[in-house]
Amino acid sequence: MLKRLGPSVVDAKDATTPVLFDSKLEFNPPAHGVWNIVHVGMLVPEAHQIYVCAINCMRGVVLTAAEMGESERFSCVVLKESDIVRGTVEQVTIEGIADVLRKLDARGTLPPCVIVFPVCTHHFLGVSMARVYRELRSEFPGVDFVEAWMDPIMKRRLSPDVRLRKAMYDPLEPCEADDALVALVGSDFALDTDCDLRSVLATGGYRLVDAQGCSTYAEYKGLAAAGTFVSVYPNAVYGASKLAKRLGRRHLYLPASFDYGEIADECDELRAILRLPTVDYVNQISRCEEALAVARTRIGDAPIAIDASLHPRPLGLARLLLEHGFRVEEVYLDGVSGEEIAALDWLREHAPHVQLSSIVLPELRVSPREREVKTLALGQKAAWFCGTPYFVNLVEGGGLWGYAGIRSLAQLMCEAWTTPKDTRDLIPRKGLGCASCF
Amino acid sequence: MNRSQRILPVYTGDVSGACSALFELGGMVVIHDPSGCNSTYNTHDETRWYDHNSMIFISALMERDAILGNDNKLVDDVVDAALELKPRFIAICNSPIPFISGTDFPALCKIIERRTNIPCLYVRTNGMHDYTVGAGRALAEVAHRFVLPTKPREQVANILGATPLDFCEPGAVDRLRAFVGDAGFELLSCWAMGSTLDELMRSGEAAVNLVVSSVGIPVARLLRERFGTPYVVGVPIDGFAVPLADVLTRAAKTGECLLPTRDARVQGEATCYVVGEPVAATSRAAALEIAAGEPVRAVCAVESAFDLLGPIDVRADGEEEVEQALTNASTVYADKLYAPVCPASARLMPLPHLAFSGRQALAR
Repeated sequence: MLKRLGPSVVDAKDATTPVLFDSKLEFNPPAHGVWNIVHVGMLVPEAHQIYVCAINCMRGVVLTAAEMGESERFSCVVLKESDIVRGTVEQVTIEGIADVLRKLDARGTLPPCVIVFPVCTHHFLGVSMARVYRELRSEFPGVDFVEAWMDPIMKRRLSPDVRLRKAMYDPLEPCEADDALVALVGSDFALDTDCDLRSVLATGGYRLVDAQGCSTYAEYKGLAAAGTFVSVYPNAVYGASKLAKRLGRRHLYLPASFDYGEIADECDELRAILRLPTVDYVNQISRCEEALAVARTRIGDAPIAIDASLHPRPLGLARLLLEHGFRVEEVYLDGVSGEEIAALDWLREHAPHVQLSSIVLPELRVSPREREVKTLALGQKAAWFCGTPYFVNLVEGGGLWGYAGIRSLAQLMCEAWTTPKDTRDLIPRKGLGCASCF
Repeated sequence: MNRSQRILPVYTGDVSGACSALFELGGMVVIHDPSGCNSTYNTHDETRWYDHNSMIFISALMERDAILGNDNKLVDDVVDAALELKPRFIAICNSPIPFISGTDFPALCKIIERRTNIPCLYVRTNGMHDYTVGAGRALAEVAHRFVLPTKPREQVANILGATPLDFCEPGAVDRLRAFVGDAGFELLSCWAMGSTLDELMRSGEAAVNLVVSSVGIPVARLLRERFGTPYVVGVPIDGFAVPLADVLTRAAKTGECLLPTRDARVQGEATCYVVGEPVAATSRAAALEIAAGEPVRAVCAVESAFDLLGPIDVRADGEEEVEQALTNASTVYADKLYAPVCPASARLMPLPHLAFSGRQALAR
């Protein structure tokens, strides 16, 4: 159990929503498996990313690309103090990007798509990005410019990650729909091959396509032909719905859930839209119960900590595990999404003393990171906070979905419990599942 | 255009440089920044983050507070954290947006200091300079604020300018320490790896300072001004350690500041080049010159070249200038990520540099 430190830890019964803790100073745990905007942008085949920012802001993104071995698909335009003072940021942005593209063109590697990332500075200095793109499109008419942002200061807007998951699909153009095609959009991970969503689609003869399966930019643009767009990741919903609306298609948000009923509802919704017959899920649920029972037998009463980087539904997962006799003691998260209110309400009533702990507040930086008893962590940050080598190394839900996702997670928990991992080596690696030089 | 980099990364920024320099001193560093600075720093530029609880935070600045000038939130948050965590000092770093809005950091530091009774330093960063500037300024602030009045003692020395950004390989700082001992000096402090703030505070007792990176130059100058301490510039790498030790002894005796990395170099047209931080690159160049008797050119793409470069060395600003500078090179000593701008015919001798390739430098 965490030592009570005050405002950085709260019992479930006392939790407020959507923000659990007052805004204070923050730190960053050394667990970097969650994808950042560079990783996400690399999902667009053949696209080239160009960031325009100060050196200190540039460092993290340029080295993300380098660690992925993708430096050839990444360039920088460095803003300097003199640009701020002289008011030349807009001009340097235009000339810098154009300079990079001329150099690429001279090498015969002008990309078909360029994702441009201006930053907070562009907002604060009133840079006209409309003019920037107008001039760039004029000089490079064959290039699709994707208008992204890296502006974390704009906290009252959608996050850069959410907007990128919309902007990266802007190059998809209206075309005739292929109703047999369903596109998964906005996810970092392809869905597991055995997941229920794939099974439903396969039953009806539908084909699921996604960015992960595209090796060329032309193939990627071909995603536009899908008759239905599906998103399963919360940060993808905005972009997926905009895309579907723009192309005149249907969008379904089918979040990865740990609630048997919700999963059934999602499968039923998909079946109804695709005009497939309904089925019951008794067998699926029974298999989940078996998998959870096996995991419970193996893990016993050992304390479990979950963190929000593992899955968008950490409280839903906590509920599922508590309902099946696991000893969930801590959940690391800083806010509660609207999708998790029901799970929080359940915790308030049935597990009021489960501790909800901040991930970023200063007290956590200096809190002890050892546990007296063997602890299972679900997620990289929980592993670091608990100082345990027994952890499930998964981010953003991986490709898990539905009943099969629950079974897979139970299996991963068993493996994590019996086979210690090198936490120090694994969790600092960036972008779990991406190419990496480590 | 020297603002665009087609393929090269950038060096560590000034904010991360300041954090790296202050990491081991028991202070609390707060970067007034929305997000990202802390992650960038601890992911790529800080080898100690996983194991050591250094108190380095961001303020999580929001657009509303930046636009409306709500500095009270920063002050309150820093005060709350400091009163709970009780650091030896507080250091506040600036970043691009507060720089644009002209936040009055010296005044905020005074308010924070008055409310906490903890020394509060402003480290003049803005995210737009490289690590040599930020780390240099951070250490100079520490020197200005904490080094105690004293008198120098004979055969006592400090090392100035050691951070993992330039000395990331295992045992690097131990070798620096051993060098000072072997040269006949008692090591008083190492700025700033492996020494406590209390040890740094006694730095005025040194008879001579060894500056091992450009990060150490501002402190060296400050200690020269306050105590008259001479300094010697150089890294004791193989082939250069013996002459450097002689120079260190001479400087301690004569009180002269000596730069053998600049002044004892071979002149002429070079085909062998060393790319890197000025003191490291010129030290390597000097060692190679001693070994071969041929001139070697140092190419430095960081800002704090000061007057550290020799007549044939080059300060290059950005990818294009580095590429241009290396045009005639047949051998290049540099971090591997410089490979794309080296001539195709040149032989690349890898010199891993954390401040350039980040933690990839450790993986080789």
